[in-house]
Amino acid sequence: METRPAFDEIMGLSGDKPPRPELAALGRWLENTSGDELRRRQESAEAAFRQLGITFAVYGETEAAERIIPFDIVPRVFLHEEWTRLSEGLVQRVEAINAFLDDIYGEQRILSEGVLPADLVLTNPQFRPEIAGMRPPHGVWAHICGIDLVRTGPDDFFVLEDNARTPSGVSYMLENREAMLRLCPELFRSYRVEAVDSYPDRLLETMKSVAPRGTGTPVCVVLTPGHYNSAYYEHSFLADSMGVELVEAADLEVDDDIVWMRTVAGRVRVDVIYRRVDDDYLDPLVFRPDSMLGVPGLIAAYAAGNVAIINAPGNGIADDKAIYSYMPEIVRFYSGGEVKLPNVETWRCREPEALRYTLDHLGELVVKLVDGSGGYGMLVGPTASRDEVERFRAALIAEPHRYIAQPTLALSTVPTLTDTGVSPRHVDFRPFVLTGANGVQVVPGGLTRVALKEGSLVVNSSQGGGTKDSFVLVPDGPVQNMGPSGMTQTMGGMRQEQN
Amino acid sequence: MRLSIDHRTTYRFSAPQARLVQMLRLTPPDTHDQTVAHWKINVDRDAHMRHGRDGWGNRVTMLYVNGPVTSIEIAVEGEVVTSHSDGVLHGAGEPLAPAVFLRATEATLPDPAITAWAQGIGGDAQPLAALHAINTALHERSRVDLKRPETPLAAGAAFGEPSVTPRDLAHIFAVAARSLSIPARYVSGYSAAAFLGRHAPAPHSWAEAHVDGLGWVGFDPCTGRCPEEDYVRVAVALDAAGAAPVAGSRLGVGEEDLDVDVTVSRQG
Repeated sequence: METRPAFDEIMGLSGDKPPRPELAALGRWLENTSGDELRRRQESAEAAFRQLGITFAVYGETEAAERIIPFDIVPRVFLHEEWTRLSEGLVQRVEAINAFLDDIYGEQRILSEGVLPADLVLTNPQFRPEIAGMRPPHGVWAHICGIDLVRTGPDDFFVLEDNARTPSGVSYMLENREAMLRLCPELFRSYRVEAVDSYPDRLLETMKSVAPRGTGTPVCVVLTPGHYNSAYYEHSFLADSMGVELVEAADLEVDDDIVWMRTVAGRVRVDVIYRRVDDDYLDPLVFRPDSMLGVPGLIAAYAAGNVAIINAPGNGIADDKAIYSYMPEIVRFYSGGEVKLPNVETWRCREPEALRYTLDHLGELVVKLVDGSGGYGMLVGPTASRDEVERFRAALIAEPHRYIAQPTLALSTVPTLTDTGVSPRHVDFRPFVLTGANGVQVVPGGLTRVALKEGSLVVNSSQGGGTKDSFVLVPDGPVQNMGPSGMTQTMGGMRQEQN
Repeated sequence: MRLSIDHRTTYRFSAPQARLVQMLRLTPPDTHDQTVAHWKINVDRDAHMRHGRDGWGNRVTMLYVNGPVTSIEIAVEGEVVTSHSDGVLHGAGEPLAPAVFLRATEATLPDPAITAWAQGIGGDAQPLAALHAINTALHERSRVDLKRPETPLAAGAAFGEPSVTPRDLAHIFAVAARSLSIPARYVSGYSAAAFLGRHAPAPHSWAEAHVDGLGWVGFDPCTGRCPEEDYVRVAVALDAAGAAPVAGSRLGVGEEDLDVDVTVSRQG
């Protein structure tokens, strides 16, 4: 289907041996480990995930079967310098997202200066007038961002989507690493890999940093919709690893504009809520009145400055697909500098010329619903059937404002274990970026999603995608000495940093 | 004009409730033509009250009651001094740009019948003339039922009903104006024009539309006129739910019975 060869992140542009010099050891590992052995390890990892209950529900399937997301045993590796450059772009982008939210629910300078079409924000369902004029503690809105990236070359990263609401997937980052440490310890002897297991501590520090009260030890909780939610495992996992309470709405109450947690020992004041409940369900007095998942009065407590909500309500406007295409302008507006991490080129079909271009090139483009997610409502031109293309053509003509179009990129590949041995598969990447009162940090790792079908570019787990561990190498690069002296040890799944 | 308002809201519960949390939009703002001389919210039991604002800019009182509670009466008494403004709003703090009020809500979804009707009446006119024409025509085609609306109807459904409440009319007006790309919103408040000297079973509601160069202008399809100095504006939003005088949540089982009594009188 593709005209250009994809960049393989291990093997390089040649797509064939030898691998990129920095990753020679990984190439040797792939060559020297039999397919059966790789498969045995992969199955062992998946068995562990199943036991833990790391499952997801597929939307639109009648039998709400919970599946595990397939795990691939071959890691993806970022060199230290690659990661450094990428991180700078991520920090710039997330700083801009926070500044944008602060502005759009406040002064709206970006609208009055004409950088964005005002109607795109003001009439956008993701802009929530219900919380206009309210400001989160310390001015931080998007405490946890998952920025979805694709790559086409060694230093060519593009943002596909910003996730500034409640990005999920961080439990995969952590569990995948645990599995790799347990099942492939030899790789951690070849490469010094940045640890990701500090994520829960970093998240807790981020939460504490935005607590509204300056004194004492802030009380933080994770608010879940409940055990039937597809990401419940992640909710309980995060609460557990941070050592904070996992609560449902019924465990919280608001009195006198203060949020309290009911405990057997009485009420405890809550300062910070990491909510995994959507805005619509957060407070039945302000949003959907039929919500059973929310806490009546929560928005009043928030408006009074008595609680931090992570991420802040109203963030959907920052990761809306219609806004996405303006992100380069948004980043420039708030950072005052050039954009370090570009968008994928995007045609806004609401604009007549873009629509014409899209209709003329449907066979080459990816067309997406502005308000869709999870790979639904999406046309991948090069692999679509004639019928699908014609269906999208009709839909585009009928409601052009609902669509954007992007080129089909030659997404990078990573060697992946398949039924017929190890072969390249397309990947994307979701790094997690934390913003607290003291600034922005990028967690050195993330969630690599892989399209398991040959040639497929759709990595969504709901569409048959899998995940991989993502290594970020520490500055020294590969460990030359494979002997015991330079070894990174693994013990009980925990990595001991070498000295 | 000096208007005196007495607005009582009583909830009775069939079983004791452990807690009540209510958001009250029962306090009018000061504007150029509306000065709150005296205003008091009384509750007939121990309660925590906190004052703030919602995203629409309305004044909000949060009411927290720890039970057991089997009934609660919220009594609002106050006096407001108003002046003549031809229905044009001056000096209200507007936190939101007018274009926000082009949005639809579940109760104010675009409706083909309302759109066609509004096009027929105001499609060719200047915005202000179109709004007046819609207000008059809506008044003339509607039989107004002043009882408290029981089941909330969306504008489209209400448009086909033989008799409608002031709330329905405000929704229909907003949908009609928005179909002409004119920002419009729902207003809750009090009106001596609609209810003078009578005990009304609900506060009043009408609409406001934004006209370039003029600002927000009130329209009351119940009377077919613009609200004058015998109106007191309390809260605005995209629809009735957003401007609800009382939005409540209770922790407990059983049914609730609601009784509302509003009296608006002119003081000389």
